[in-house]
Amino acid sequence: MNDNNNNENIVLPNGSDLVLSVSPHVSNRDNTRGIMLKVVLALVPAMIAGVWFFGLDALRVILLTAAFTVLAEALWCAMLKKPVKANVFDGSALVTGVLLACNLPSAAPWWVCLIGAFIAIWLGKQIFGGLGRNPFNPALVARVALLIALPAIMTTWPTPHNDAETSATPLGIVGTTTKITGHSQAARQNFQTVDNSSSLKEYFIGNRGGCLGETSAIALLIGGLALIAMKLIKWQVPVCFIGTVAVITGATHLLAPGVTPGPLFHVMTGGLLLGAFFMATDMVTSPISTRGCVFFAIGCGVITSVIRIWGNYPEGVSFSILLMNALVPLIDRWCLARPFGYTVKREKA
Amino acid sequence: MKESLFTFKGGIHPQNDGKELSRNAAIKPAPLLERYFVTISQNAGKPPKPVVAPGDLVKKYQLIAAADGFVSANLHAPTSGKVKGIVEVPGAMGLAVPAIEIEADGCDETVEPLPLLDWQNLDAKTLLDRIAACGVVGMGGAAFPSHVKLSPPPDAKIDTVILNGAECEPYLTADHRLMLEHPTDVLEGAAIIGHILGVKKVVIAVEVNKPDAIKTLSDSAQKYGVEIAPLKVQYPQGSEKQLIMAISGRQVPSGGLPMHAGCVVQNVGTAAAIRAAVIDGRPLIERVTTVTGEVVKHPGNWLLRIGTPVIEAVKLAGGVTAEPGKLILGGPMMGFAEKSFKVPVAKNTSGILLLPHETAVNYESGNCLRCGRCVEGCPMKLAPALLCTAIEGGRYDLAADNHVMDCLECGSCSYNCPAHRPIVQYIRRAKAEIRKKAKR
Repeated sequence: MNDNNNNENIVLPNGSDLVLSVSPHVSNRDNTRGIMLKVVLALVPAMIAGVWFFGLDALRVILLTAAFTVLAEALWCAMLKKPVKANVFDGSALVTGVLLACNLPSAAPWWVCLIGAFIAIWLGKQIFGGLGRNPFNPALVARVALLIALPAIMTTWPTPHNDAETSATPLGIVGTTTKITGHSQAARQNFQTVDNSSSLKEYFIGNRGGCLGETSAIALLIGGLALIAMKLIKWQVPVCFIGTVAVITGATHLLAPGVTPGPLFHVMTGGLLLGAFFMATDMVTSPISTRGCVFFAIGCGVITSVIRIWGNYPEGVSFSILLMNALVPLIDRWCLARPFGYTVKREKA
Repeated sequence: MKESLFTFKGGIHPQNDGKELSRNAAIKPAPLLERYFVTISQNAGKPPKPVVAPGDLVKKYQLIAAADGFVSANLHAPTSGKVKGIVEVPGAMGLAVPAIEIEADGCDETVEPLPLLDWQNLDAKTLLDRIAACGVVGMGGAAFPSHVKLSPPPDAKIDTVILNGAECEPYLTADHRLMLEHPTDVLEGAAIIGHILGVKKVVIAVEVNKPDAIKTLSDSAQKYGVEIAPLKVQYPQGSEKQLIMAISGRQVPSGGLPMHAGCVVQNVGTAAAIRAAVIDGRPLIERVTTVTGEVVKHPGNWLLRIGTPVIEAVKLAGGVTAEPGKLILGGPMMGFAEKSFKVPVAKNTSGILLLPHETAVNYESGNCLRCGRCVEGCPMKLAPALLCTAIEGGRYDLAADNHVMDCLECGSCSYNCPAHRPIVQYIRRAKAEIRKKAKR
């Protein structure tokens, strides 16, 4: 017999407010907003590097773009009578804003930030039904639209620590070189000016021209590794993306040094690290299975390399991710695992 | 030992398994109550037919409802007293279900016991008849009649019996305490099952978060010709198909039964009930149930009679410290939410779980982020996110093509979902719609 029954004053539940629901009754504590805020946090090192190298102008672009994307989200939801607060507070617009800012030159005027923000949120995301429904990475949609519409502004790169001057990006120099000299011995010597051990060191810390959030390899690595450690991205994506670019550019460089600089140069310049860690890994626009993500990332790497080596644009990361985004439904269908209980034999029969 | 743990692919690892609340509480007997409500339909298959009328006097262990056909199970009186009648009691999801109400006379007088059986020298048929007579059903959750499960068709080649002591559901510790405190009941039950099926390999599979139970069982396992297999702690390790995979490395084919992989799986509690039925001639009228949850004053494990209203079990546990937000029969992953504390304990009530308001909230669900955590967690290697999106759009055909019918409803996907999407709920809807269509 249970003795403590008699001694204690037992409080019995009255069952007045029992919640009925189907199982499971417990859940992981993670939520959408938490994920989004962690991604923003992971971008903080890159943003700090941006402000360090490009000054307060970079901070201006970040704040303006973030504010405009949140505004665009709120406006759209208000217009369509969707819950404004829930949509703004899920943090996804903030992530898009911060990512877009990282993809802009620090000299971008306020109205470019504004147009970019509205393209990203309205045309990149909400028109498809909002968070989770967009086939393309919204920040990249905006970046590419701006790049095509406003090529001059989008390729005006302030020199680090000196926003009065502009300079070409390392990839831009390589692109111009090959246009002038063709793939030749002369080009090979020109590559040396941007692809040498001292300049590679500068690229590693981020002291080069480029979009404000893409230049510092070390800052992007810190943020990217944090995302991997928090299991917010699949490590296979950056590894396969960067690895593919390194292998293709490395092989090309080895076979024909006059065609393109070495693999380390390619990994640390342009937007490869930003794209591989923060944009190709976007949950919404990448394949749902890990196996699919491997193919997706390799595809990104191939397209990036092809554009960089033989294309008209000096940089191909944005295009490669967008093109692969379009293939995601196919990859998803192709890479679904064979469910438990379906042996090879049964499936073929 | 670590590297040789048995397991399967996929699944989840709940952050808070809640087992510490009741894991060290020894099984306590429950005092006799004034009234019991024995739910009639508490086995998988056809419900039995009541064989008592209002006013009848019954004794403990007396048959009160007889199996209606093969896939059905007998019900017995939990104590001696008077049958008040067939009344409606609250059941799963707030629906009213019929139950036989018995008013105890306080004597707890038993019927003439069934003869003790010398099982080693008897054939399977005799033993199966006894198990059926005693109304033994699967006590892990599905409540499938045991005599049916132990009568595979003659062409089935069964070579392995697995006793499920994984107890992978968070919070539950009833099987743990049973294995720890009554190891010989479980082991002897295992040996009887092996004897019935004529199988040499009998394995008791236990998750390694119960090291004391593994040790106790191992100490005398050899005597009964039983093996003990340590399992990795991973939900849903105790799911039949995943357990067979973990132990034998075989896949139960889609739409198939464990026997198609040469296995029969029984819960450890069921094994103990089979032993009681065969050796002691005791019908199944009581079971070990964990009464637990953050708001329960003294969580623990009790030997409750079938028909005990849940409120009485909560009373045994010292009541509550706060009004609970959810009452669950079973575990938090696959158990059933109840609307009333009057719901009676059934043969498959492994746990009575009272969750606080904070965890019982209905989450606002958002759009799918396609993060893939449901795909990683799915032990059946399905793509729950894609199924869910298809079902949301009314495309049950697409869900069927993507094997929605193979879903176990283990809840790993919903557990993992950062957008808190009710994935299992959608999948159940699709299954119901697809079955409805197949019938037409």
